[in-house]
Amino acid sequence: MTPILEARALTKSYRSGDSSLTVLKEVSFTLAAGGSCAIVGPSGSGKTTLLGLCAGLDVPSSGSVLLDGKDLATLNEDDRARLRSEKVGFVFQNFQLLPTLTAIENVMVPLELRGERQTRDIASSLLKKVGLAERLHHYPMQLSGGEQQRVALARAFLNRPKILFADEPTGNLDNETSDRIVDLLFDLNASSGTALVLVTHNLDLARKAGRIIQLKGGRLVDDQTVEPIIP
Amino acid sequence: MKFLLALFSSWTWRMAWRDSRASRRKLLLFSSSIVIGIAALVAISSFGQNLRWTIDQQAKSLLGADLVLAARDPFTPEMEQIFAEIGGEQAREVIFSSMAYFPKSEGTRLVQIRALERGFPFYGDFQTSPAAASTNFHKGGALVEQTLLFQYNSQPGDPVKVGELTLEIAGSLEKVPGENAVFSTIAPRIYLPYDKLDATQLVRDDSFARFKVFFKLPESVDVEKLVRRYRPKFDKLRLGADTVEERKEQLGRNLENLNRFLGLGGFIALLLGAIGIASAIHVHVKQKTSSVAVLRCLGCSVPQTFAIYLAQAIAIGLLGALIGSAIGLGIQFTLPRVVADFLPFPVELKIAWIPVLRALAAGFAVCLIFALLPLMSVRRISPLAVLRAFYEPASPWRDVGQWIVIGVASIGLIFLARAQAGRWDHAFGFVGALAAAFLLLTIFAQLLRTLMRRIISPAWPFAWRQGMANLHRPHNRTLLLLLSLGLGVFLVLTLYRTNQIIAGGLIPKNRGSQPNAALFDIQSDQVASVTNILREKNLPIIDEVPLVTMRLAYLKGEPVRRLMRESDRNLPRWALRREYRSTYRDTLDSSEQLIKGAWPVKVTDPNLIPISIEEGIAQDLKVDLGDELVFDVQGVLMTNRVASIRRVDWKRIQPNFFVVFPSGVLEEAPGFHIITTHVNSREQSADMQRAIVRAHPNVSVIDLTLVLDTLDAILSKIAFVVRFMALFTVITGLVVLVAAVLTGRYQRIQETILLRTLGASRQQVHRILLAEYLLLGLLSALTGIVLAEAGAWLLARYVFEAEFQFAVVPMLIALAVASLATVFTGLVANRGVLDSPPLEILRSAA
Repeated sequence: MTPILEARALTKSYRSGDSSLTVLKEVSFTLAAGGSCAIVGPSGSGKTTLLGLCAGLDVPSSGSVLLDGKDLATLNEDDRARLRSEKVGFVFQNFQLLPTLTAIENVMVPLELRGERQTRDIASSLLKKVGLAERLHHYPMQLSGGEQQRVALARAFLNRPKILFADEPTGNLDNETSDRIVDLLFDLNASSGTALVLVTHNLDLARKAGRIIQLKGGRLVDDQTVEPIIP
Repeated sequence: MKFLLALFSSWTWRMAWRDSRASRRKLLLFSSSIVIGIAALVAISSFGQNLRWTIDQQAKSLLGADLVLAARDPFTPEMEQIFAEIGGEQAREVIFSSMAYFPKSEGTRLVQIRALERGFPFYGDFQTSPAAASTNFHKGGALVEQTLLFQYNSQPGDPVKVGELTLEIAGSLEKVPGENAVFSTIAPRIYLPYDKLDATQLVRDDSFARFKVFFKLPESVDVEKLVRRYRPKFDKLRLGADTVEERKEQLGRNLENLNRFLGLGGFIALLLGAIGIASAIHVHVKQKTSSVAVLRCLGCSVPQTFAIYLAQAIAIGLLGALIGSAIGLGIQFTLPRVVADFLPFPVELKIAWIPVLRALAAGFAVCLIFALLPLMSVRRISPLAVLRAFYEPASPWRDVGQWIVIGVASIGLIFLARAQAGRWDHAFGFVGALAAAFLLLTIFAQLLRTLMRRIISPAWPFAWRQGMANLHRPHNRTLLLLLSLGLGVFLVLTLYRTNQIIAGGLIPKNRGSQPNAALFDIQSDQVASVTNILREKNLPIIDEVPLVTMRLAYLKGEPVRRLMRESDRNLPRWALRREYRSTYRDTLDSSEQLIKGAWPVKVTDPNLIPISIEEGIAQDLKVDLGDELVFDVQGVLMTNRVASIRRVDWKRIQPNFFVVFPSGVLEEAPGFHIITTHVNSREQSADMQRAIVRAHPNVSVIDLTLVLDTLDAILSKIAFVVRFMALFTVITGLVVLVAAVLTGRYQRIQETILLRTLGASRQQVHRILLAEYLLLGLLSALTGIVLAEAGAWLLARYVFEAEFQFAVVPMLIALAVASLATVFTGLVANRGVLDSPPLEILRSAA
């Protein structure tokens, strides 16, 4: 089976004045289509950097990323943007909804970007699916954290992405809300056959992914399959 | 291409509209920054077109005739023959300066006398009160300038004496076709019937008079063609010709200059507003970083995100331009009143759509050019910013697109400035000066931020430390306010100071015993009598200078008549044609400095007289030491050699000359004398003038105190126009200030909430804000003042060649007004933040 994501010897360094700081060193792994994995590690271990590189938000100092068979290094910024709009979904710790757009408008954006016209009904049905039928026309500031994350999930799954990147998706939520969001995330993941890359501190959450990639000091120190906890 | 597709996609505009939801009021405020500037440009452009229309409509009444021929000497039989050949209806006029005496108030004043034959104006009318006086005065009365009647408490029916002739005042003169009100301030006019001229006994062959003949020609005559045909004869006889077309062109040029001057004021206001827009968009884009990053994560391309925010800028610019145009069309109706004194006719106003659209487009273009620079940073926001709160965007220095935009923007600005100023060198100078001011203000802001970072001491009170630290912390508005407020203060103060310098340079200082009254047209046999009258009145004789009139006949061996025909020689016609009033002496005056040759020089050859010539006229005539000039001294040709070149300080109140002859040459030539004296009061001056006019009606007196009043009146009219223009800049400056403070409010809101949450009292937050705004206001004003004074010094030294003095009072006023306005705006804008409970603000700011 063709992997949806393949990271090859990814290294990322930042220049800071005269010195150079390497935050990611020679990290390689692959993820099969529809598969899932969690990236864990202490703060500063390079988790978010790895996620950014895999999603094509940044370019590595060396190494390469193949997303759905395409080498991201061969694409320019606009081609990477197109790839993201077609194949990638995101969920962030701080939700990252556009504050001036209503819930339904936030969800519609990815499809609109692809030039599709009948987006309202699809967005509306997806929001109903995540339990926000009554909140379609509310602005993010009028929604609770959990509700905002559900809007973000609806937005992420709207264009049926091949891979979803989630950066601490429950980091800003209480336990009860977290559980509901995680359930929803894995449900959507399973029902749409989307691969999932999860960055988290939460080992319980990581276990649910079935595979844990552990980073330390920018290096991949462990990559193990675990018994997934069925939510 | 991708970008254009994105810009014209409906989704882009829909997203721009959605994205603007929370900030529409803010964006509306930004757009108001350019409203006043565009209003000014639209008003002035439309008014300019109305002026051009009026000139076309009233062309014939501008001259009052189809053709005017004028000479410095009485008409010769040869000239009379030409007039007869030209034919048509004719009316003659003799114009000269003389004293007028108003017996009712016993007042005397130097006026311009015009003896006019019936018939003129052939087109248009004199405006007089009573109206019938415009023709009735030909029966033997005088038309007297309204200002003179006020000044000497006279009215129609009262007498006025001109030379030996006393006339009844037939009416007051309000407007002469083709002449403006400022002109009447300089030389108040008295019209008398042409046939009464001899009775005044004022015009002799050697008097300074101008002789004119007005023609009304049949419509079938092509006046321009006729003038071209007669041109060689006119030149030979030194006859000046003026046609309707020429007058139209000349008037058009003058009014175009007036319009450009006004337009430049509007352009400055527009630029200041555009800076306001640029700074506001800069803040807006910064606040949108996270939204841009999210859009990029969702697959929005760089051209698409850029197009969204450009669409917002286009909307702001278009809205501002449309509102500005509407206001401008209203303002244009006030302009005729502002510049009424400089116009020779009342202007009929209607909306000139093409200039209005052109001004609207120019305003919109300037707004867009300034908005593009901060907008370029949208392209540099990486999607990575969603993951990293402290993500550093790519450096603008390496952004090729940014440099292309800067290049295109600069070229665009130069073209727009050229359209306003009408000249390339002025356009380059204007944009260059603006760029220099920008650079200086930016450097100053950077220095200030560094200074604030270094000097703040922990020992200082908390509020002041916080307030000062806000000048260098992230999201500080130091550069923004220094640019907008500093530039505003700079522009307004420069306008004011320029006006002050011009006024200071024009009005000579009346010091001690320097001459302040001049008596001229004194015949040689009247010198002793005039001197005696002055001595009797205890008035000093400061200068007593003989004067002989002459014309240039040959220049370096070539006849002047031929040189006048050869335009490629680049010799100014006025210098070749003018009447030279020269003196003779063997000394240099205190206002003169020898720069070449020697003076005095002994006359060794009576056929080659050494003369001294003034530096400026020497340059104009392209002559140097040893060159030969032949002067026609009232019929006698006199060959001269340039023996010295002098620099003359023309600003000194004393008789100054282009050409000085040595003693022993011109003594026998018919001429007259000028005597200068010093009067101590208006009463003394009036008393002396009465005595002189009674004894010698042909002698004219210029009273400097009266000249000063006249200058004052003209300058106050100019100052009014300047102030009117500065008003646009001041209002724009205030709008920009409010916009800048409000954008600051949105930035500071989180910090204020945090401080209040941590327990800061309202008073403490109040003091922090006060410290910050006071410092910003003071420093911005100070920067503007430093730039304005430097500019004023440069203008005084290199442009007006006037004395420069620091103007402490305007500086203090600018400092106080700018600081207080900033503090007031800052505190008012932040009132809501201070009055509401922290939680409420927290929710609304989320």
